[in-house]
Amino acid sequence: MAKWIPLWVHKLGSPPIFYRFAGAVRPWAIAIAIVLAALALYGGLVLAPADYQQGDAYRIIFIHVPSAWMSLFIYFVMALASFIALVWRVKLAEVIAMESAPIGAAFTFVTLVTGSLWGKPMWGTWWTWDARLTSELVLLFLYLGVIGLYHAFEDRRQGARAAAFLAIIGVINVPIVHFSVNWWNTLHQGSTVRLLGPSKMVGSMLWPLLTMMAATKFYYVASLFGRARTDLLAMESGKDWVRQIAESEARP
Amino acid sequence: MTRPSLTAACSAVLRRDLTLAWRRRGDIAMPVLYALIVATLFPFALGPEDTLLQRIAGGVVLVTVLLAMLLALDAMFRSDIEDGSLEQLVVAPQPLALMLGMKILAHWLTTALPLIVISPLLAGMLHLPNPVIPVLMLALLLATPLLSLLGAVLVALTAGTRRSGMLLALMLLPLCVPVVIFAAGAVAAAQQGLPWLAPIAWLGAGLVLALVLAPLACAIALRIALDA
Repeated sequence: MAKWIPLWVHKLGSPPIFYRFAGAVRPWAIAIAIVLAALALYGGLVLAPADYQQGDAYRIIFIHVPSAWMSLFIYFVMALASFIALVWRVKLAEVIAMESAPIGAAFTFVTLVTGSLWGKPMWGTWWTWDARLTSELVLLFLYLGVIGLYHAFEDRRQGARAAAFLAIIGVINVPIVHFSVNWWNTLHQGSTVRLLGPSKMVGSMLWPLLTMMAATKFYYVASLFGRARTDLLAMESGKDWVRQIAESEARP
Repeated sequence: MTRPSLTAACSAVLRRDLTLAWRRRGDIAMPVLYALIVATLFPFALGPEDTLLQRIAGGVVLVTVLLAMLLALDAMFRSDIEDGSLEQLVVAPQPLALMLGMKILAHWLTTALPLIVISPLLAGMLHLPNPVIPVLMLALLLATPLLSLLGAVLVALTAGTRRSGMLLALMLLPLCVPVVIFAAGAVAAAQQGLPWLAPIAWLGAGLVLALVLAPLACAIALRIALDA
């Protein structure tokens, strides 16, 4: 077996240990997310200068862009967890994949809403059949399909495996959809922030954006861990460790 | 015990499904009737001007055929699950992917082929110019098997659930967006007198890819859904 993986990684796959670990991490993740988000909002809404073309309306990117990044990031996390769940049948991976889906759908929805709020003054329309908007909408449908399929099964683990397979099909589909709609119609601006090479954005606007990105990541961790804990309790409700938790909480 | 050869097994599955479909000929007519009804409703909703109908005819026919196929997709494995013959197929010694491929082929022959046959009629009702109709049929000939193959994977995933009609539509939408874009792109290009081979070639490439991968994915999905 792979000896280079430290033991605690394997241990984290066990529901009771993950339950305790997630319970310990969650408050910190929430706290960091709130602090970073407050910092980013202050930097973005107060400190950053107004745009010379768009005025103050551009400030919605401090919500819009991190949400859009998260909507894709969570999809890939979900697909990765789905792959692990299908190949190694790790129960925790199923939980992570299925509980990521509603969070990702929420971020996708926020992206669409903030985008159309910004589009109204800038493009003069709430919605346009532009490539990126359409891809994002399709992404929302992918998320909803995964959530719907998960809940259509009576057996949760079976539902999780079926939905995990759908998530993997979706991951193949996302680039195909992206390129086909790009070929079809595009209006959205190209990317401004780049990993490689200099970004086309001034520093006072860039740092709140990146801070907000970190805040959304921490929020995702906190939300995911909270959901996963609840899900684990429900899934393992017959097990000893759950009974111990229930008994210790019932004691006055 | 001697195993029947692969070809014999394939043709047996295909013959069985086609016979079953032929015994219930009324069901084959349903998607066709549905497509006719939808195509008839469009002029009522949009007004009977020739120019408007001409402009939207290609897209309307494509979407109508897609919806009619979606209507029939739900039934692809239903009767086989109910009488248990799908489980027999899963435990059979022959590769499941190939057997499912035959079932998909039978399904395509019984639902999509009649729709392709009447598509010139639908296009004619909406005043699509005659020279464009062969391109439309070619696009449908490549797009419908693609939809059957993609749809079969999703149907297999929902095989273990009871309510799947609306869910199937929700899951199929993201998958069929590229198909619709390329098929409609070819028809629109032909209508404007532009070269239409590129989108058709893309569709063909997608079809080849799906022909190889979709039956395998369908087999995996079915094993998950039936928990076999």
